[in-house]
Amino acid sequence: MSSPLAVSRSPLVSTAAPVPPGFGCPELPLPADQVARARRLARQVAAEVDAFTARRSTVAIERTVLRLLGVDGATDDGVPWVNRLVEQLQGDDLLKNGVAAPFCAAMLDRGLGAQELARAVVEGRVDLRPYAANAVPGLQPAARQLGDKLAQHGLQRIGTQRATRQNYLDTLGCGAQPLLYVIVATGNIYEDVVQARVAARQGADVIAVIRSTGQSLLDYVPQGTTTEGFGGTFATQANFRLMRAALDEVGTELGRYIRLCNYASGLCMPEIAAMGGLERLDMMLNDALYGILFRDINMQRTLCDQRVSRRLSALSGIIINTGEDNYLTTADAVEAAHTVVASTLINEALARGAGLQTEHLGLGHAMEIDPLRPDALLLELAQAMLIRTLFPGAPLKYMPPTKHMTGNILRGHVQDALFDLVGVMTGQGIQLLGMATEAMHTPHIHDRAWALEAAQMVFTGGRALGSELAVRPGGAIELRAQETLGKALELLEDIANVGLMQALSQGHFADIARAPDGGRGLGGVFERGEHYWDPTEAPITHELQARGWLTTDGGPVWPK
Amino acid sequence: MAVHGRTEAQPIDLTQVRAYGDTLNDGAIALSFSLPVPYGDEAKEAARQLVRQMGLHDPQVYHAHDLGEGYTWLLVYAKSPYSVDFTKISVPKVSNHKLSHAAIEDYWHEHGGGEKLRVIGACTGDDAHTVGIDAILNYKGWRGDKGLESYKCFAVKNLGAQVENDRLLAEAAAFGADVILVSQVVTQKDCHRTNLAALVDLAEAEGARGERIFLCGGPRLSHPIALELGFDAGFGPGTVPSDVASYLVQAVVQRRRENAQPI
Repeated sequence: MSSPLAVSRSPLVSTAAPVPPGFGCPELPLPADQVARARRLARQVAAEVDAFTARRSTVAIERTVLRLLGVDGATDDGVPWVNRLVEQLQGDDLLKNGVAAPFCAAMLDRGLGAQELARAVVEGRVDLRPYAANAVPGLQPAARQLGDKLAQHGLQRIGTQRATRQNYLDTLGCGAQPLLYVIVATGNIYEDVVQARVAARQGADVIAVIRSTGQSLLDYVPQGTTTEGFGGTFATQANFRLMRAALDEVGTELGRYIRLCNYASGLCMPEIAAMGGLERLDMMLNDALYGILFRDINMQRTLCDQRVSRRLSALSGIIINTGEDNYLTTADAVEAAHTVVASTLINEALARGAGLQTEHLGLGHAMEIDPLRPDALLLELAQAMLIRTLFPGAPLKYMPPTKHMTGNILRGHVQDALFDLVGVMTGQGIQLLGMATEAMHTPHIHDRAWALEAAQMVFTGGRALGSELAVRPGGAIELRAQETLGKALELLEDIANVGLMQALSQGHFADIARAPDGGRGLGGVFERGEHYWDPTEAPITHELQARGWLTTDGGPVWPK
Repeated sequence: MAVHGRTEAQPIDLTQVRAYGDTLNDGAIALSFSLPVPYGDEAKEAARQLVRQMGLHDPQVYHAHDLGEGYTWLLVYAKSPYSVDFTKISVPKVSNHKLSHAAIEDYWHEHGGGEKLRVIGACTGDDAHTVGIDAILNYKGWRGDKGLESYKCFAVKNLGAQVENDRLLAEAAAFGADVILVSQVVTQKDCHRTNLAALVDLAEAEGARGERIFLCGGPRLSHPIALELGFDAGFGPGTVPSDVASYLVQAVVQRRRENAQPI
């Protein structure tokens, strides 16, 4: 008989891949009727949102369509061509049926390819407006076929990247759960590459490139490689490509696929998701509510954008990481823990509505409890076990403290190590490693080494704790988990009564209230016209249905 | 020299290497120290001034901790403007080839003249920390690397802790030791250096320095320090028994050849 501790590698973060024997979460008894009721309510909330978003599009979604049709370029002063094209149609109600119809009609009429036409429009040689006014509904079948063909080609590129990832995972394998996730954030993509390669050699399984401060509020995606950023590095397609190549190279040498993570969030959510699919990112920070709460992005805009971004992530096989951990940086961690639970359930329901499966649900959580509070560790454990138990098989992402980092890097290092312990003994899928120097500076090259060494030690020693320990029946952990679940259920009842948008405006999450018509980006949302056409939409739906990830009528698929 | 991983990033000038945080030549340095002054803004300012006097720029007190009784621990990050010419760096190293356990046995079988190689070891002075000397000499060894007692070619005598220098030399003479191995863990007020230097002085005074190989080891020792103190070689942290064994079979054979040369 082999030792349960002998397994050091898990093949995949996936429901299909059983976690190594010995690794997991202690059994936590939860009232099944409450769990089922909470999920039903979350599904109800999500279904309303899906009905709302399916009737709308946004400028970011239209730009995404153009990118998938093959438009890629920027003006000399850095404005992406896709922005110029969509802006040209934004006035006079010309965008309501989508950018694709006038774009394809103009391509056909002028005999130009996608790139050639985009350049001609940007240089003022072609005007898309007459095509928008005339082409719909009388779009020639040949123009429609052209759009379908280009869309197929763009989605095929994503499919190829997905197959390449699978091939790497089949041949190289990857690290064991919890995957070791570290950030790089120098501002210079070339320096980021150096730091990422070093981190991979020290044992990192996932490299997240933190974005430059404020990128989420840019209504365009910068173009090209970038060497200056503030607190992070701009997410651009060229930067993605550079980092991907570096991680493939070092991962091949190390015999371990190194995952790449970025942010499909902010005002360009779906565009960045498309770029992530095209350049083979493996994880994306992608939360249905985060931008609304923490960046004051308009809720209609974000809810529409998250749907398309998540459909693309499903198509690409990208794990999404949600941001519920951030709720408790503003709200009290103990009092408001149930809001995290309610939000993860809503995020799950919205994600499934977009075709994402259990294996893609890197729901983010951690409780940010004051480490000096009596029983802080016990409460963290109880919450981590609750979330883990609610989402069996999902590669949950467990986050370190940020709110309670003091500048005393030795104390911070111990706090991070305790989170590592909670992560491994509750069977989390992805461990975001805290940096001892969090909140002081973007990580120095050795800061990650400290974190990786500590996490590897804790994980190696603690891997089997979860399956060996049992929770005392009726004890503090069980009671805390049940209390939090009960309050989450009450909150979900309230949200389901009024709908998600109304609930957000009442400040149910993170003590922050947002108005349905407030925040940034509302001007970019529009109701789809009668003849709206997005040539990428149907093939994505068909592909997700073919995989069994959406039902035949396009609805979510839930595990039995 | 190969520079790894910076193929497209700004290249490193190895003649002017500076401390690195997250950007080439940023000079990022962290310092941890305490001051015998009470916790407060004055303590932080004192720390900043002290760090500036060290020649460092832009000191930032990340953390100040009231230790009580008028003491403050300070954690300061700063920028160092200094650089070193890495192309001019030269570090003396133990130069013999690393041999496997079996190769060490074979080597001594071939060159050792039939007798066992005799090794005596001790922690000297007040030092009671035998973990190092035991790791090297005892059969069990360290990190899966068996100690010198496990070799057929060595006769080993481990005198243990708190052995005075004169007794060590007397025991070595009585044992007929080819090699004297001294471990020093305690380094307070540099007592390890004083102790080791005194052993060499004593051996020279007795005329017994040249006939034996003198080795030392410990967490704050290295080959260059050992040479400075008059030893033949020194071993620092991370040394395993086979490192020492490899060195000493070759060093003893070489020493015997040198001693056999007519003057």
